[in-house]
Amino acid sequence: MVTSPTVNSEALRRAPATGTALQARKKRPFLLDLYSTSVGKKYAMAISGIAMMGFVLFHMIGNLKMFLGAEALDHYAEFLQVLLYPILPKNVMLWILRGGLISMLLLHLHAAWSLTQLNRHARPVKYQSARDYQVAKFASRTMRWTGIIVLAYLVWHLLDFTFGTVNAVGTDGTFVRGEVYNNVVRSLDRPVVAAFYVIANILLGIHLFHGAWSIFQSLGWNNPRFNNWRRGFATGFATIIVVGNVSFPIAVIAGIVK
Amino acid sequence: MSHLKNLTLKVWRQSGPADAGRFETHEVAEISDEASFLELLDVLNEQLISENKEAVVFDHDCREGICGTCSLMINGVAHGPQRATTTCQLHMRSFKSNDTIVVEPWRAAAFPIIKDLMVDRSPFDRIIESGGYITAVTGGAPDGNLIAVPKPVSDAAMDSAQCIGCGACVAACPNGAASLFTGAKIAHLNRLPQGQPERYQRTEAMVEKMDEYFGSCTNHGECSAACPKEISVDVIALMNKDYRASKFKSRKEISRD
Repeated sequence: MVTSPTVNSEALRRAPATGTALQARKKRPFLLDLYSTSVGKKYAMAISGIAMMGFVLFHMIGNLKMFLGAEALDHYAEFLQVLLYPILPKNVMLWILRGGLISMLLLHLHAAWSLTQLNRHARPVKYQSARDYQVAKFASRTMRWTGIIVLAYLVWHLLDFTFGTVNAVGTDGTFVRGEVYNNVVRSLDRPVVAAFYVIANILLGIHLFHGAWSIFQSLGWNNPRFNNWRRGFATGFATIIVVGNVSFPIAVIAGIVK
Repeated sequence: MSHLKNLTLKVWRQSGPADAGRFETHEVAEISDEASFLELLDVLNEQLISENKEAVVFDHDCREGICGTCSLMINGVAHGPQRATTTCQLHMRSFKSNDTIVVEPWRAAAFPIIKDLMVDRSPFDRIIESGGYITAVTGGAPDGNLIAVPKPVSDAAMDSAQCIGCGACVAACPNGAASLFTGAKIAHLNRLPQGQPERYQRTEAMVEKMDEYFGSCTNHGECSAACPKEISVDVIALMNKDYRASKFKSRKEISRD
């Protein structure tokens, strides 16, 4: 074997084998301990992903109310404010849910960012010839991009329908808090905005197509009895979300919702 | 038997770990389609030696697909175009006359290039070491079947035990992760009764050792596609599950699994 004194390789400078798995345990709270590792961060990705998938699903189902007319959608929006009322004061449950979602989003972002850093460091010198990927799908290889674009879309979406700052730009109306239906129609009547919503939701679907499958692996939910269903679940979930969400801008542009 | 003619080889040359390295182009005029890929490199090296040039350094040992020493990224695929095959068992019939073949070493921070196509894969040894021992009765050889293992369980353990530690999973992974290797080594023992006493200590230690060197799994599945032993990504799920258990389980409760 070719060795020179300059070879800075593990084989030459390693310490003797310990030969034992019994090491002094770190005394950190176990959740922090888990999160400090790549496997733990994948758990964080998966769990926060499930929480946001739940949100995305119910958000889409709730928005289907717009096909029943302005009253139905606006009433649904009011209902969200009085969740668990009168056990809790108005808006409290809504803010608990929002707080949970915001923390899940932050957790998802932090885990994604730190795992990406880890992965970059794991291969500082790229392959100098073209890679020929065998099975990695477009969805799995673009998770970071689809994720970032969906995040940008989320910011726009909040400015559009929650804060109203960009809702009425370029239209002759104004954003009115509580008039959900009118706000939706006013915003999505702009073809460029409608196109943006369609594209962003397709990218969300691509993100979910890989993410919803990946969850099972990351959480160690692997069983020959249901493994064949995991791909189907992810495809089905992504399809339902995309079809539902894309139907709204299309319905507005087509004049079905007006 | 037929022969391939006019092969162009673009081979990675790097004089040492600190060298930047570059591709070098060489021609091989003729080779039998029954030659293995490593024999192609042998032919090239004899050519180079006769021209008074330095031979290409590459790892090889058993040349029968079981030792895990050979590596090579061939045309952007770990171990070349044929599935479930190590580079030494890849034959020239997988290529055509006049082909240009690009040969590159594994690339990962944990696998520094020693020279040309040879990399140092010893972080795999560190992972294995951190797994430590299993408690087993020593002394005379135990009777066969003294410990009953259901057939599907022993089959699954043997599937994981097939891992030869070649590093193709790391090489193929877009993230440079060693989850398939570590998962295979963990699944190999964790599935068997003999592996139970140290199951969670071992999993915890091996995963944390893996983290010191490698990237993280994003479930692309490239590792399994590149694996010469076709180890399934199921072992990664088992690793994740057992790693979580290692953090949550109380030692006393382990038997309740």
